[in-house]
Amino acid sequence: MSISVQHISKSFKEVKAINNISFEVKEGELFGLIGPDGAGKTTIFRILTTLLFSDKGTANVAGFDVIDNYKDIRNHVGYMPGRFSLYQDLTVEENLEFFATIFGTTIKENYDLIKDIYIQIEPFKTRRAGKLSGGMKQKLALCCALIHKPKVLFLDEPTTGVDPVSRKEFWEILKRLQKKGITILVSTPYMDEAALCDRIALIQEGEILEIDTPKEITKHYPKAIYNVKANNMYKLINSLKKYEHHYSVYPFGEYVHYTDKRTNFSTDILKNYLVENQFSDIEIIKTTPSIEDTFMELAK
Amino acid sequence: MKQESIIQVENLTKKFNDFTAVNAISFNVKRGEIFGFLGANGAGKTTAMKMLIGISTPTSGNAQVAGYNVFKNPENIKKSIGYMSQKFALYDDLTVKENITFFGGIYGLSRKQIEVKRRLLVEELGLQDIANELVSSLPLGWKQKIAFSVALLHDPKIIFLDEPTGGVDPITRRQFWEMIYKTANNGTTVFVTTHYMDEAEYCDRVSIMVDGKIEALDTPKNLQKQFNSENMNDVFLKLARG
Repeated sequence: MSISVQHISKSFKEVKAINNISFEVKEGELFGLIGPDGAGKTTIFRILTTLLFSDKGTANVAGFDVIDNYKDIRNHVGYMPGRFSLYQDLTVEENLEFFATIFGTTIKENYDLIKDIYIQIEPFKTRRAGKLSGGMKQKLALCCALIHKPKVLFLDEPTTGVDPVSRKEFWEILKRLQKKGITILVSTPYMDEAALCDRIALIQEGEILEIDTPKEITKHYPKAIYNVKANNMYKLINSLKKYEHHYSVYPFGEYVHYTDKRTNFSTDILKNYLVENQFSDIEIIKTTPSIEDTFMELAK
Repeated sequence: MKQESIIQVENLTKKFNDFTAVNAISFNVKRGEIFGFLGANGAGKTTAMKMLIGISTPTSGNAQVAGYNVFKNPENIKKSIGYMSQKFALYDDLTVKENITFFGGIYGLSRKQIEVKRRLLVEELGLQDIANELVSSLPLGWKQKIAFSVALLHDPKIIFLDEPTGGVDPITRRQFWEMIYKTANNGTTVFVTTHYMDEAEYCDRVSIMVDGKIEALDTPKNLQKQFNSENMNDVFLKLARG
């Protein structure tokens, strides 16, 4: 196991940030912690990177205990915090050199690992980090986290606030790093990114709701889901919520995802109800649940 | 009434020295419309929005917002609109109630009006238990819902939302959009930016900015047809990097 977490809890005064969390990440795995702001993701990262003590439980990273061998862990992991944490008044090149030196290595020695990413920011290597765009900062931070060739890479919400194109590029980079044998623990509030991980833990309010492969997780969804559409979205949501047999009603892009309480549900019954309520252009089609559907059902 | 334009933009341009952040964009937004304003990071969305809310003077071009000209009457624009963003929403070290009172005052509401609005808001959002809590102690989802309501305190004609749901959990994200639907249904125009492409599909119309220009503008359905895509995510990926 590359990461092993056993029954970890942490409170800040009265607030329970994480409660009895356990999970394991295999060597070379791309593992996702999926959950919203405030779920406890950052607390887990800080404990695993030895920046914070847990109240209870034990954890191992790259074969080292987070308390007894914290110095070894620091030499063997890369950490990209959610908040941009490089030196804003050093240039791109200076930041990278600084982190290489701290870890007793040189840019040259491990250039292979960062080459793909670094060439994209190299034209700006004399620019101060504080003056970079969001996307470039993110790439520089990743380079700095990789420069000592870590065994395990921790990425705390690397794509929050990043547009879909840059997000896609970033995940392609992660897949390439994984092929080079680096274990990656990544957190994200974007449910569509969960599908790109080998395994995921869904987390909310400090507790893990479920751990599995993205495919298996969606199989556990207990109900049949229907895509429903009609001429007026706002009225449709209200009408479906008033419908006595509804189990859940959530807008999902151009459709509403609808589930019903009854076992003998048929689309015709629902269609009749919507026709009676003056809707037109009604569409009701069975669909497959997404990770987001599953998350919402578990978090209910 | 529904067809009248509440935002009219013509060749609006903003240059910073040699760099053209917003390059001659033109579009109209109808009253009561939910208008999605999309683009990659650095495409110029925030710069364009700053001009529309009257806090940045355009280099050239023209725009009317809520009946006022961005060059001549930016102060009146500020009074006629609401604004919230992910980065700035409420004061963390004030309580929920204090925030409502403060923003009500800023928007020029009387004490009596503030009192009425405050009661209404507390009731509507079910804030009874947390009205006297510091905003810093609330989960992000709550903050964003309250911030949205606070930005509507003075019954603005348009509300500008800059990535209002970033990082918010999926259930709250949907509750937030139901609030947006309700607001638009009451006749308030909603101008919103987002990086969630499923949210783009909730909009009546969507524009996509690339390198300072608006490269596409239509209903989500027509954009999908135009770009031969199955969803808005595909449309965005095809457009935003050529």
